[in-house]
Amino acid sequence: MILLTQICNKKFHYFEFIKPIEDILKKEKIKFISIHYDKVSSDLVNKAEKIIISGTSLKDNSFINDIDKFKWIKEINKPILGICGGMHILGLVFNGELKKQQEIGLTTIEINEGFLGFKGKIEVYELHNFYAISREFETYAKSINCPQAIKHKNFPFFGVLFHPEVRNKELIVNFSNI
Amino acid sequence: MKCGILFSGGKDSVYASYLAKKYKNEITCLITIISENPDSYMFHTPSILKVKKQAEVMNVPIIIQKTKGEKEEELRDLEYVIKKAKKEYKIEAIVTGSVESAYQASRIQKICDNLNLDCFNPLWQKDQFELLNDLIDNNFKTIITGVFAYPLNETWLGRNINNQLIRDVTKLYEKYKINPAGEGGEFESYVLNCPLFKKELKVKNYKIFGKKNSWRMELDII
Repeated sequence: MILLTQICNKKFHYFEFIKPIEDILKKEKIKFISIHYDKVSSDLVNKAEKIIISGTSLKDNSFINDIDKFKWIKEINKPILGICGGMHILGLVFNGELKKQQEIGLTTIEINEGFLGFKGKIEVYELHNFYAISREFETYAKSINCPQAIKHKNFPFFGVLFHPEVRNKELIVNFSNI
Repeated sequence: MKCGILFSGGKDSVYASYLAKKYKNEITCLITIISENPDSYMFHTPSILKVKKQAEVMNVPIIIQKTKGEKEEELRDLEYVIKKAKKEYKIEAIVTGSVESAYQASRIQKICDNLNLDCFNPLWQKDQFELLNDLIDNNFKTIITGVFAYPLNETWLGRNINNQLIRDVTKLYEKYKINPAGEGGEFESYVLNCPLFKKELKVKNYKIFGKKNSWRMELDII
């Protein structure tokens, strides 16, 4: 079972940032539980085989003030995929710093081998005003502005700043099939 | 939240409005762009003047902005009209019916960010058949007002979006890869009734224009 952790604090953003991920998992017949981070219990984290942390809209960033609610990330060793805001969370949990950088729309990046089956140039969809990265992560792809794909040096924790639920849906499928 | 809806009168923007209300947002105003360029990068054009009738039955104010529809100029016009909606109606967010177009969605996101408005895209990445079925399940009465791709022709104009239409579009999708919800511009639609309307709109008269696989229906609505 995959635990899809929602970070939208405005419920109406569900349709744009959560449902597309749920639709990919449903299409692949992958079992999941989709729930807001406030409701994530240690029981759910223990039951999950893998965890996806969603993104949200540019203005819906109050999750940044709730980083202590993601402490459970440091206590587990199972695959996590953080998407956009979810990548900010991974960086911040591991003592990273939030930096301002806006990227909106399609851009081309190059991914190094060893990142969820992706390699080489791909077109990605961006929607962020910030990024966060900690020294505990290795960078697998950069845009001209900032890191786009990161992986923890010791744990199977992956972060992408772009939105694979919009372009590159296979990345979510590949993560689910690790 | 107080929302301004980017409104074309077609199924996507009306269904996005319906979801906005369902999620306890206020539909504060409708914002419609009339493009003089039929090949506009951003906006659908057919039956767009009929949005006034829809705004009436929704009991919501509407701001209509004309644009010449040239690439960068239409973005400036869009920003201008959203700014006007923020000033006049104190909107806090924009709602769009974008489904797939990264070009359209990213431009609107940038404008909203510049104006410190949230941006909701409740149909984003939605499965196109799911969208058509949702319209039927939620009592939308929607007709086809434009077709713009082979093998579509004038016989599709005026057809209701119902189960028969979905079956017919499915066949075209399998054979010709016609996008079932028409977001690629294959066809355009007009909503005559939905749960947001106080009464159903009726087609009093219509005119059909076009040739080959590009047809448009201008409606006279009462």
